[in-house]
Amino acid sequence: MMRILRTTALAAALALGLPIAAHAAGEVPKPPAQNWSFGGLFGTFDRASAQRGFQVYKEVCAACHAMKQISYRNLADIGLSDAEIRAIAADVQVKDGPNDDGDMFERPGRPSDRFRSPFANEKAARAVNNGAYPVDLSLIIKARGGGADYLYALLTGYRDEPPEGVPAMDGMHWNDYFPGHWIAMGRPLNDDQVTFADGTPATTSQMARDLTTFMAWAAEPELEERRAMGVRVILFLIILAGMTYGVKRKIWADLKH
Amino acid sequence: MVGLHKSEMKNPVVRWIDERLPIPSMLNQEYAKFPTPKNFNYFWNFGALAMVNLVIMIVTGIFLAMHYTPHTSYAFDSVERIMRDVNFGWLIRYIHMNGASMFFIVVFIHIFRGLYYGSYKAPRELLWILGVVILLLMMATAFMGYVLPWGQMSFWGATVITNLFSAFPIVGESIVVWLWGGFSVDNPTLNRFFSLHYLLPFLIVGVVFLHVVALHITGSNNPLGIEPKGPQDTIPFHPYYTIKDTFGLCIYLIVFAFLVFFMPNYLGHADNYIPANPLVTPAHIVPEWYFLPFYAILRAVPDKLGGVLLMFGSILVLFVLPWLDTSPVRSMKFRPLARPFFWMFAIICVVLGYAGAMPAEGIWVTVSQVGTAYYFMYFLVILPVLGKIEKPRPLPESISAPVLRGGGPIMAGAAAKPMEKA
Repeated sequence: MMRILRTTALAAALALGLPIAAHAAGEVPKPPAQNWSFGGLFGTFDRASAQRGFQVYKEVCAACHAMKQISYRNLADIGLSDAEIRAIAADVQVKDGPNDDGDMFERPGRPSDRFRSPFANEKAARAVNNGAYPVDLSLIIKARGGGADYLYALLTGYRDEPPEGVPAMDGMHWNDYFPGHWIAMGRPLNDDQVTFADGTPATTSQMARDLTTFMAWAAEPELEERRAMGVRVILFLIILAGMTYGVKRKIWADLKH
Repeated sequence: MVGLHKSEMKNPVVRWIDERLPIPSMLNQEYAKFPTPKNFNYFWNFGALAMVNLVIMIVTGIFLAMHYTPHTSYAFDSVERIMRDVNFGWLIRYIHMNGASMFFIVVFIHIFRGLYYGSYKAPRELLWILGVVILLLMMATAFMGYVLPWGQMSFWGATVITNLFSAFPIVGESIVVWLWGGFSVDNPTLNRFFSLHYLLPFLIVGVVFLHVVALHITGSNNPLGIEPKGPQDTIPFHPYYTIKDTFGLCIYLIVFAFLVFFMPNYLGHADNYIPANPLVTPAHIVPEWYFLPFYAILRAVPDKLGGVLLMFGSILVLFVLPWLDTSPVRSMKFRPLARPFFWMFAIICVVLGYAGAMPAEGIWVTVSQVGTAYYFMYFLVILPVLGKIEKPRPLPESISAPVLRGGGPIMAGAAAKPMEKA
């Protein structure tokens, strides 16, 4: 009954046009547009950047954030070799079972396993994160209005202190771009937090850029295939349309208007 | 009359079938010879496009259903599995997802074509009414389809829209519980929405069939809005309109392909890539773009029941449009007074759509109210009154005759009673 009342009240409030939470959240600036390798109509993922991004995810984000839609085998898309993928998968222990004795057991990961989630469930995640839930990142680029620009702005938009006149909030962190500004996640990226094998300096902005590229791939792994197919399909259709128009003109030519 | 059909088919196999089941003759009559006004413009492509679109939706939908799991715990992940692991699953899903938007684009243009050229007027009232039934079925189908991925907007959209029924006094609450199959939008709701989402398109096919049958009884309207006077005014449907529709289809497919391949999520909402969570309400709950004008009408009045009635009324009023518009002249080409009101109506519909996407506060409430007022005024006041006071321009004598300039040899009263000449 309470749920009915609550949802009814919500629907009524919407129908009445009462502002709900939307503007209580506070205004945030639009994230500045960045130049992405996968941007525009024909962009493709910068493989090196995506691989560095995966490293950042693995060494930093994966401590709290799951990516349960992604399997280790998918990493072949961003240029990791079979051997590398096997090694990465084998690095984690995966719960499997039950075995013939009816017991669950741990085994090294395989390429076919999904990325291992850091927590068994949402409650476990909230319990160690001050009540906040680190969201699954598999679709984060598609699941946020600003997409890649927003994620980059968020990752680089932390301030140590809130702007003057804004009282600090216990256990929360000020971010210029997070809706409402106060975010439970602390500043995740700091200069030189990881060491890139290719010698790229691990500045905060570099890591944020690489991580965003990786997340963009994770959200839309079909993007390159889709665009390549799109070019062929549309060229085909334009030629077909042109030919059809020619036939149409010819057929209609014998009609006196 | 009993006995074999007298077939004119040359091919012996086709002839054998045709004598026993004269579908080849029927197709030949209705799709090849079918006399069609010779003066269609490209707006007459959209009926055929809508039919193609319906087929595309059903075919892609059948393949999606092979991989989709209608359960609250698995629905979201099964859609992601389609996107990532099913061969060309991303293509099938993006076609289906954007196909819904294309369907509404095509159908809205088709409807506005009918409004502008008076295609709803006698003798095509039933044809028009069947079209409005199709629109209603499409809206129900699209709404339930949007719930299936079980994202945040799926869940909250379903919650808000089903809750509308609670506005009705006494029975409202019971209706909502009955729709949900429980006490909130939950697994039973998702299950029945999937079942109905699969069923309704086939009902649409049935009504489309009736729509086409009715069309083939009255024949098509045309941009001049006058009936063909004889064979000189018509051409066979094939090859003239089959090829013209094929060309239109190519252009439509180019637009469709651009959406699917280059901006597949442009018309969607980011929140629907967040799994449904009954405990977290999105900041803004907005329906898909094609419902926005109706959503604006819903929110225009500060009374829930009033809003719901207005929203349903905005569609229901279309059913009686053939009797609201009192003008005997069909095409707006010859209605100097009605034409600006029509274009104002079209603009208002777009403005209402915009207002529906904005938070319902400040100026947008006023915009929605003015828009809603005009929407109903157009049907309930403007069209009925204009028919009485407007002096239409003289109608051309026939479709073949060049459009008369400055009078010409037109019979007195011809402009006022074009229907009787048919």
